[in-house]
Amino acid sequence: MDQAIPGTVLFDGAQARKGYALNKMCFSFNSAENRAEFQRDEDAYCRKYGLNAAQRDAIRRRHVLDLIAAGGNIYYLAKFAGIFGLGVQDVGAQQTGMSVADFNTMLYEKGR
Amino acid sequence: MARIDGAVTTSHVPAIGGAIAKGLQNEPYWKPFFGAWDAAHAWIEAVKPDAAVVVYNDHGLQFFLDKMPTFAIGAADEYRNADEGWGLPTLPPYRGDAALSWHLIESLVGEEFDLTTCQEMLVDHAFTVPLKLLWPGSRPCPVATVPVTVNTIQHPLPTPARCIKFGRALGRAIASYPEDIKVVILGTGGLSHQLDGERAGFINRGFDEMCMAAMVDQPDALAGYSIPRLVEAAGTQGVEVLNWVIARAALNGRVAKVHSNYHIPISNTASGMMVLENSY
Repeated sequence: MDQAIPGTVLFDGAQARKGYALNKMCFSFNSAENRAEFQRDEDAYCRKYGLNAAQRDAIRRRHVLDLIAAGGNIYYLAKFAGIFGLGVQDVGAQQTGMSVADFNTMLYEKGR
Repeated sequence: MARIDGAVTTSHVPAIGGAIAKGLQNEPYWKPFFGAWDAAHAWIEAVKPDAAVVVYNDHGLQFFLDKMPTFAIGAADEYRNADEGWGLPTLPPYRGDAALSWHLIESLVGEEFDLTTCQEMLVDHAFTVPLKLLWPGSRPCPVATVPVTVNTIQHPLPTPARCIKFGRALGRAIASYPEDIKVVILGTGGLSHQLDGERAGFINRGFDEMCMAAMVDQPDALAGYSIPRLVEAAGTQGVEVLNWVIARAALNGRVAKVHSNYHIPISNTASGMMVLENSY
């Protein structure tokens, strides 16, 4: 992309290629059966989808910024977060280094 | 001939669907959002449309990155909702109108918009939440539906200028349908928000207010925006405003604003809704 936007990764062709296996795994979490299979044996499930080392490591650490750096797209990653009952405030807080309470306060204050 | 009575544009945040499922509409958090819908209900009750064309973006329920259509349209008599992975209840199927869909396809492809046609199409929260907001008591949804999706996931996205042209062609396609039906257009998503990256939580009230004002009398306001510039102004997911732009462009040059509402925050999003009546 011609101009970088701070704190933002545009999910373009390069990201889509890099993250294909990771996003495909996360897309599979639409199915309750697949979510359960992942939770039964995370290693086996990640192997089945052919995650690379960086993707596997970021999944292990549930680290959203690293998942994005490894090609993850937030729409699919949200399905991964959903397995653990994490919503978009949890995900936003983790990425911005805030507590969830502070992240929510920040959102509220934008409405004042 | 078919007649486009107007457009309803609204945020489609999944949490809205959760609030509806749990009956939280009158809670202090939700009241500033749901309270605005009385005016929309009065309008839709007066219009009594036969069909709704719903312009939205799929979030990885129907489409994956293996095949990602820039524009796609449903061509079925029924559309099913399904598990999206994070706990929203699965809703009963929606009625389609395959004859109307195929007329739109003929007309749009005839105008060089070569969209992907889908005889099976799962519809996600971006389709179901706005319909539930507009017809909260009705089960099933009382109108026939035509889902139209826009790729807002994988760049390059269609430019705002392209979306305006697509919306105009969609309007002509609907208006040339020979059956005497009344149609409303829904444009769902937005307004400004960003879920990903260190800039997560980004909201831009000034830009949103400009967009909402422009929806009434400057439908081309975003035509000069590149997609990166739109992302910068609206956030990575705020680009869903493209769905609003298409819905607005499908109306005539002049419209009347019936109602609008803007409230921060709903989940991570600046929520917006507008009811626009077409003028003939």
